[in-house]
Amino acid sequence: MLFFIEVLIGGLLAGVMYSLVALGFVLIYKASGVLNFAQGSMVLFAALSFVSILAMGVPFWLALLLTLAIMVLLGVVIEKVVLRPLVNQPQITLFMATIGLSILIEALGQMIWGSQVHGLDLGINDIPFNFYGVFISQFDLFAAGCAAVLVAGLSLFFHKTKIGRALRAVADDHQAAMSVGIPLKHVWTVVWAAAGFVALVAGLLWGSRLGVQFALTLVVLKALPVLILGGFTSVPGAIVGGLIIGATEKLAEVFIGPYFGGGIENWFPYALALVFLLIRPDGLFGEKHIERV
Amino acid sequence: MSVQGNSILTVNNIEVIYNRVILVLKGVSLDVPEGKIVALLGANGAGKTTTLKAVSNLLRAERGDVTKGSIEFRGKRVDKMTPPELVKQGVVQVMEGRRCFSHLTVEENLLTGAYTRKVGRAEIKRDLERVYAYFLPLKQRRNSQAGYTSGGEQQMMAIGRALMAQPAMILLDEPSMGLAPQLVEEIFEIVRDLNQKEKVSFLLAEQNTNVALRFADFGYILENGRVVMDGKAADLAANEDVKEFYLGISSGARKSFRDAKHYRRRKRWLA
Repeated sequence: MLFFIEVLIGGLLAGVMYSLVALGFVLIYKASGVLNFAQGSMVLFAALSFVSILAMGVPFWLALLLTLAIMVLLGVVIEKVVLRPLVNQPQITLFMATIGLSILIEALGQMIWGSQVHGLDLGINDIPFNFYGVFISQFDLFAAGCAAVLVAGLSLFFHKTKIGRALRAVADDHQAAMSVGIPLKHVWTVVWAAAGFVALVAGLLWGSRLGVQFALTLVVLKALPVLILGGFTSVPGAIVGGLIIGATEKLAEVFIGPYFGGGIENWFPYALALVFLLIRPDGLFGEKHIERV
Repeated sequence: MSVQGNSILTVNNIEVIYNRVILVLKGVSLDVPEGKIVALLGANGAGKTTTLKAVSNLLRAERGDVTKGSIEFRGKRVDKMTPPELVKQGVVQVMEGRRCFSHLTVEENLLTGAYTRKVGRAEIKRDLERVYAYFLPLKQRRNSQAGYTSGGEQQMMAIGRALMAQPAMILLDEPSMGLAPQLVEEIFEIVRDLNQKEKVSFLLAEQNTNVALRFADFGYILENGRVVMDGKAADLAANEDVKEFYLGISSGARKSFRDAKHYRRRKRWLA
């Protein structure tokens, strides 16, 4: 039983890490109805920028601020150069644009900062501590704390502020939003800047876990089943989806895995997502597709 | 019609081209006097919506361009302004088909209308109550998701949302679309109320000529991107051609459709 709980908690905490990446998707999807394929590259870019600036001998907090500034700037530039000319184009066009963007950002990151693997130490010990006989990773707990703060902040932002309301309005119908005087460029700039910030947080945590390297962009793939489960438009959904994916993949690996010869952790979340798509295509918390007949 | 001096909106001979090739408006001029309701009438594809969007500058997002002519709001050129700038000046468009933000609540929808205004919470709250006073059904449904409200409620929400910007003028596109006759009447009565009490001027595009001419002060009839007739609403309603083609009232005995078609071909207005 103790072992079960340990696997469960380990899984839940790993899931939070997936949620962090999923959050970035949710932000942009909510405001523009586009799956931003470049989110993974932004995570890599953020982590890469941070370690490179750190390596120049810049103090930790200053490096963090500089990276944040870079990410916000990146968001602003993306909005200006790529998205604004594509206003009112079909969603698939925007999606294709983000695929192009993801390749561009990856290349840009490696061009500026080089492509070698960097270590990243956030100064948090990854020594598991003993909690009534259950071993819990301190690092994972820290990551979970970060995620909790982010989610609370973003939820408040979307539902209680004027600009958050405008963001949701734009997501629903951007022409109508324009007609009531919501300036699309501000809104999208804010969203991309926020997505840059989320990418930074995810990049730091994942970077210190896996090392800052090209494979960070693949972390996005794990965010997809999280999004399908939680819903593409829900901030809390990203978290709950992450928790479910994290917990089930670890439990499945440990308890069901042996029957399949192990290694099911890698595909189990996708299988789960597929089943879920059949039952609840909008996700657990996603906005229902409203259709009036 | 010549209304000089106190016009709030003047459109001078504008030409609109979509996608650089499709000529939609071929020199439309019109004039909205301050504090009046002006109806823009015509069949599908006549250019009513395009005219409204040219004024509100929502055209550019649809790859349309005003290539000739000018648009003045209170004597100031506005044809190069962005929609948000125009809203700040006091011109808001209520788009065809309501276009509510379906995942926001009714109240949130209304609040988005106040986006451009830099005023405190108390004032916004007061305006909200004012809007609810005109649109009573909205108050009961203030916390429902807009996507699940009825067509009439959505039309009210769209007009209320525009009202939250405290406009001097509302461009209202096809308010009767898809609504039951009784509701259409109700919406138009509210429009008249807003016109008289809040002093909002209206330019409204409408296919329902009958209702529009009853509530409007002036009317313009568009055909194929040109104004073919204009005048006081009462005069238009009494005009034989308007009666024949737009109100469906024929002089004399009932005609077969074939006769009407033939007659129509002969008398097509070519301005």
